[in-house]
Amino acid sequence: MAQNTKFCGSAEQMAKLHAIIEEYRSVPGCLMHILQEAQAIFGYLPIEVQTVIADGLGLSLSDVYGVVTFYSQFSLQPKGKNRISVCLGTACYVKGSEKILNEVEKELSIKCGECTEDGLFSIDSCRCVGACGLAPVMMINEDVYGKLTPDMVKGILERYRKEEETKE
Amino acid sequence: MTLQELDAIRNTKKAIIDVRRTVREQGEKLASLTRYRKQVLVCGGTGCTSSHSMKVIEQLERSLHELGITDVLVVKTGCFGLCALGPIMIVYPEGAFYAQMTPEHVETVVRNHLVKGGSIVKELLYSGTVTKDGEIIPFAETPFYKKQLRIALRNCGVIAPEDIEEAIAAGDYAALEKVLTSMTPDDVINEMLASGLRGRGGAGFPTGRKWAFAKASQNDVKYVCCNADEGDPGAFMDRSVLEGDPHCVLEAMAIAGYAIGSHYGFIYVRAEYPVAVKRLQIAIDQAHKYGLLGKDILGTGFDFDVEIRLGAGAFVCGEETALMRSIEGHRGEPRPRPPFPAVKGLFDKPTILNNVETWANVNPIIMNGAAWFSSIGTPTSTGTKVFALGGKITNVGLVEVPMGTTLREIVEEIGGGIPNGKKFKAAQTGGPSGGCIPASHIDTPIDYDSLLAIGSMMGSGGMIILDEDTCMVDIAKFYLEFTADESCGKCTPCRIGTKRLLQLLTKITEGKGEHEDIKKIEELAEHMHQSSLCALGQSAPNPILSTLRYFREEYEEHIDKKLCRAKVCKALLSYSIDPTKCKGCTLCARNCPVKAISGSIKQPHVIDRTKCVKCGLCIENCKFGAIDRK
Repeated sequence: MAQNTKFCGSAEQMAKLHAIIEEYRSVPGCLMHILQEAQAIFGYLPIEVQTVIADGLGLSLSDVYGVVTFYSQFSLQPKGKNRISVCLGTACYVKGSEKILNEVEKELSIKCGECTEDGLFSIDSCRCVGACGLAPVMMINEDVYGKLTPDMVKGILERYRKEEETKE
Repeated sequence: MTLQELDAIRNTKKAIIDVRRTVREQGEKLASLTRYRKQVLVCGGTGCTSSHSMKVIEQLERSLHELGITDVLVVKTGCFGLCALGPIMIVYPEGAFYAQMTPEHVETVVRNHLVKGGSIVKELLYSGTVTKDGEIIPFAETPFYKKQLRIALRNCGVIAPEDIEEAIAAGDYAALEKVLTSMTPDDVINEMLASGLRGRGGAGFPTGRKWAFAKASQNDVKYVCCNADEGDPGAFMDRSVLEGDPHCVLEAMAIAGYAIGSHYGFIYVRAEYPVAVKRLQIAIDQAHKYGLLGKDILGTGFDFDVEIRLGAGAFVCGEETALMRSIEGHRGEPRPRPPFPAVKGLFDKPTILNNVETWANVNPIIMNGAAWFSSIGTPTSTGTKVFALGGKITNVGLVEVPMGTTLREIVEEIGGGIPNGKKFKAAQTGGPSGGCIPASHIDTPIDYDSLLAIGSMMGSGGMIILDEDTCMVDIAKFYLEFTADESCGKCTPCRIGTKRLLQLLTKITEGKGEHEDIKKIEELAEHMHQSSLCALGQSAPNPILSTLRYFREEYEEHIDKKLCRAKVCKALLSYSIDPTKCKGCTLCARNCPVKAISGSIKQPHVIDRTKCVKCGLCIENCKFGAIDRK
């Protein structure tokens, strides 16, 4: 998992990170929690951030990197402004969630795990958000879209594009 | 808080809660004893909030306010179980079950039903609660609920999980009180042993024995852990308990702490469950405020505290030693046992780890006694089991049934059968570690031993119903993709074995299978079972082995005849147009992404199979059913 984007964290973000490390460093097993907080601050965990955490906790960078790459929630790559997550849990799978994922990929011309060039969308698959009653399901940020059919995908993505345009 | 204060809370709110447990005449009578003429419960579980139940609550409060109605109580609860019909709203004392509510429907219900002298709006009720003759029955008497026995889920969908006083009034913390004031640690463990309760996380180890081992371990510090890393895709039992009744878990952990001599607990929750995490934190904070966690609980001198730790998306962390490594802040890799966690667990201290649903059974066992609990279910699998019923079934949702209930009862009666007139093919239990129960075994009683005997396992409670449109080779491949992806990589049999099994299955579904592949699969599966380090690798071949056992002919068809009878495996399909049905409307040709369809207007079209990518768009677009898929 190579990092291909230049890291540009602000001084303010870094200050926040240092405060988090200071607050939790004496708690046993705090690394996971600090990584979760750090990802919330920066949106992802580039090597630069991992180095700061490793130094702050007196760990080697390889220890931190080992933990980051073990858990699927931690990302070495920045995510899109709108994070799409298509559920591929069993209940969704037997109800055709793969078709939904294909449609999203086709619509955005990127593959699962990637981010669009304009940074507006990224696609991931996930295992069960627990809304099996609504299968197949996808999430965009915190919003859940259920009982999906492939032809609904375009309209849903369009909403987020429009939202972005009106902001600008 | 003192024991008297706890009693006072219980007495003040008890009648309000009891209204929600009784319907018809008794319900009316009870309601008249409270200050609320009616109570409206709206599901705030993940299933219903995903279908926008929060908008329903907002509208409800707005409409009640506009009409100046003040004697109707609105409660945001956990899951009612019938997730497919969300958002759900139940009105007591009638037990009127409104399904698939929208803000407009809410307005109608408020104006016609919730106003003084109003009556139930029949058209908006869940159709299952209206008989053929138009008579309305309380939801508790419908097939979905009637066959269920709710012990672990006793308070889910009954109380407001964010209000500790409702939890107390519904019975939470009564068992902790009983244990701290009238039982010795040995009494508690003996009660758990006698109840026969077995771990609900999947392995089914007797809970009382686990506690007894940890009690026997001498150490200054011991830990009590809760496994809420519910990773099986399609399973949401633990989430529903945490969202609907988080206090029952805290209480049970404190009871275990008292029994084994521990003063600290950790709850390891999936980060993918934000609602559960939030409600747990609220519950912990409230329990502190009310003196039910922390120092000197209920003035008995017993100290116990609990902390939440979030997972970060690793299925293997459901394995006990991996989970503990993760809490310690490391890669969640399992380690060989012994030493068992009861001797050397979290931070090398004696530790017990139980699953959420196991914890949820502790209060009823302490309150009603081991004899009562062991009278439910079967002799070797006592009590009930919660299942997350999903897939091709009408009533998708959460069900709790006594152990020993047959699969037929769950599928046909509680589940309401298979939708769209399709045939039941199999039920998958136990997720990626489990197997399939075919239609020929539909009368198997669901308990730990019967399921093992037919090559599946109880697992944590995911139950996915498959119909004739599901390809059994494809579903086995789906699970292997999952385990290959989630294998932690520490031991070779699992790391390489899952990859190789997946390759073999992919080869078969792509029409390149050879006959000896089945033999290779069986050999490799046996090796993985024997030599993998943890349950993930040992049980990863189960989905293949059980489908091979019951659906071997489907594997053979894929290999010998290059045929997928469920028409799922793309590479084995071929498309053609029936010239007698084709009207030449050109719709298929225009929608074909690779221009594989040709023909003139009003003339039958043809598909060029060398170009066809088998996407199926032509079938979706054809209005005359002229396209065949074989």
